[in-house]
Amino acid sequence: MMFKLAWRNIWRNKRRTIITIVSIAFAVILSSLMRSMQLGSYERMIDNSVRFYTGYIQIHKLGYWDEQVLDNAFYPPKGLQEQIESLDGVEAAVPRLESFALASFKTRSRGAMVIGIDPEKESHLTGVEHKITEGSKVGLNDPRVLMGSGLADYLNMKVGDTLVLISQGYHGVNAAGKYEYFYGAEGLLTAMAVVTDQPKDVDDVREEILGDLDTTAYEVMGWKTMMPELIQGIEIDNISGIIMLLLLYLVIGFGMFGTFLMMTKERLYEFGVMLSVGMHRSRLQLLIFSEIVLLAILAVLAGFALSLPVINYFSRNPISLPEEYKTAFEKFDIEPIYAFSNEPIVFTSQAWVVFFMALVLSAYPLYKIWKIDPVTAMREGR
Amino acid sequence: METVTDKKIVIETRDIAKVYHDSKIAVQALRDVDLEISEGEFTAIVGPSGSGKTTLLNIIGGLDNPTAGTIKVAGRDISKLKDSERIDFRLHNIGFVFQQYNLIPVLTARENVEFIMLLQKIPVHEMKARSLHLLEEVGLKEKANVRPSELSGGQQQRVAVVRALASRPKFILADEPTANLDSASAANLLDMMARMNQEEGMTFIFSTHDQRVIDKARRVVTLEDGIIKSDEVRS
Ligand SMILES: Nc1ncnc2c1ncn2[C@@H]1O[C@H](COP(=O)(O)OP(=O)(O)OP(=O)(O)O)[C@@H](O)[C@H]1O
Ligand SMILES: [Mg+2]
Repeated sequence: MMFKLAWRNIWRNKRRTIITIVSIAFAVILSSLMRSMQLGSYERMIDNSVRFYTGYIQIHKLGYWDEQVLDNAFYPPKGLQEQIESLDGVEAAVPRLESFALASFKTRSRGAMVIGIDPEKESHLTGVEHKITEGSKVGLNDPRVLMGSGLADYLNMKVGDTLVLISQGYHGVNAAGKYEYFYGAEGLLTAMAVVTDQPKDVDDVREEILGDLDTTAYEVMGWKTMMPELIQGIEIDNISGIIMLLLLYLVIGFGMFGTFLMMTKERLYEFGVMLSVGMHRSRLQLLIFSEIVLLAILAVLAGFALSLPVINYFSRNPISLPEEYKTAFEKFDIEPIYAFSNEPIVFTSQAWVVFFMALVLSAYPLYKIWKIDPVTAMREGR
Repeated sequence: METVTDKKIVIETRDIAKVYHDSKIAVQALRDVDLEISEGEFTAIVGPSGSGKTTLLNIIGGLDNPTAGTIKVAGRDISKLKDSERIDFRLHNIGFVFQQYNLIPVLTARENVEFIMLLQKIPVHEMKARSLHLLEEVGLKEKANVRPSELSGGQQQRVAVVRALASRPKFILADEPTANLDSASAANLLDMMARMNQEEGMTFIFSTHDQRVIDKARRVVTLEDGIIKSDEVRS
């Protein structure tokens, strides 16, 4: 009976109820889309930066991150790779040796980053073999190198040409050859990147690695420490996004309050009758509260029903950015697409906001019911 | 012919006064009201507008407290009850019929009749049977599943009386139940109330201005400026 009463009461003023539901649903849709787009872009940015190069965790010689030079390379302890890969939540350990060199071909030359990789391991992280546009995969003991197409274009090189690299080797050694041989750094690594199964495992895995390593000789860094600017940028953007949402919800909140206010005012006489004939205040409060919750549920469901397909569609089919933005994005190694996140948090947070607002705003009618006496209610409500 | 004193007294007021302080000047709505009402009465409270009828009924019904004096309803001093006790007291002892808009608009006639019984936690089957039986009694069986907006004013008032009756109160208070009705509907409602008074032995106390309604009462208490001017029992 209570439920029946609540249900019928919310449809008493159909127009107002529909307007209320539509406006809340609209806020839910708008904020779900906004959040989905924002969180999606963060996921994408993190993924692009982390997956593109650093990996979620890196092991270096202590001090390497502050001074990223070849002299800070290290000889990995025996069995390190296997040990790390045997940890729970670890997909692969990816060894790297990085430094800089002057790359030249015929009359042109340019500074270049030189990275020694284990192609098989590397495919777990950057999947570089999928990005080859010309030529073929490079093997472990291969005399060939893989060049960025930008550099190749600059140097006017084609597949099969011979590249000359000049640099200073490990502790001033001069050598010729590939990678560690080139730098006279045989067996040395500048970093061991760790790929975890799940981004959320990062902290646990890092703790475990730390437990197994001599921390006076090595540092184990998570992506958040390696990319503080990224995190900061995301945080600032996130806060501004949340402020926008709060403003949106503030407007909707006023609308909701108006509805609750009218729901109470126009039924004051009826409340008076109900109290007179013996309905307890708490029961009446429960009734009104049910109506408010019911209204919020309907609105949130309507909002989800409308935004879910849209978000799902865009999370599977990201929006491609127009040409003029593409170059700008590519400069920062970010794929020029707008991806939507369909993480549950996008929706649950909207639902919580709406319910929380309904809860807070219901305080007014509930207080009113607590305070009125039947005689005044019937006189004022006439 | 029975006399008032033969029966159990259900309402007893002693020197009741009521002063309203809401406005700048205090309004003395009632003064020195001594009134006894016995079981089975069919009593009209009459008097001009502002004479204190509503105030008196509200106090008797436990909706309002007197400023001075004592009031006993069904043997209990209701002015001493706490809010929630008072609501419970009304639920189980007093039936109310107001001038208008008695019914919950989103419930059907029958659901309205069942509403108080529901609050009283009367078993569903008993509740269903009683609501239908009583609606049939007053000729509203066909309207049982209709909402108040589809009923005439007279029908709405009859449903309100039935709702009060269904909850088996000690007495029913009706504040100008016919004020918004045409004379035919008013007469019809009063006849119905009189019949329920006879058949079910229900005690009715109602206020009115209407001479034709006054004529149907068996006892008429007249108020003037908050004082009982006359109190006559007729046969
Ligand atoms: N809440 C209130 N605040 C102030 N004065 C009030 C209040 N209620 C009633 N009064 C005053 O008390 C007096 C008695 O009012 P009451 O409503 O009891 O009269 P009544 O006989 O029911 O009149 P009517 O026939 O118009 O319904 C009137 O002067 C009225 O103005
Ligand atoms: Mg009155």
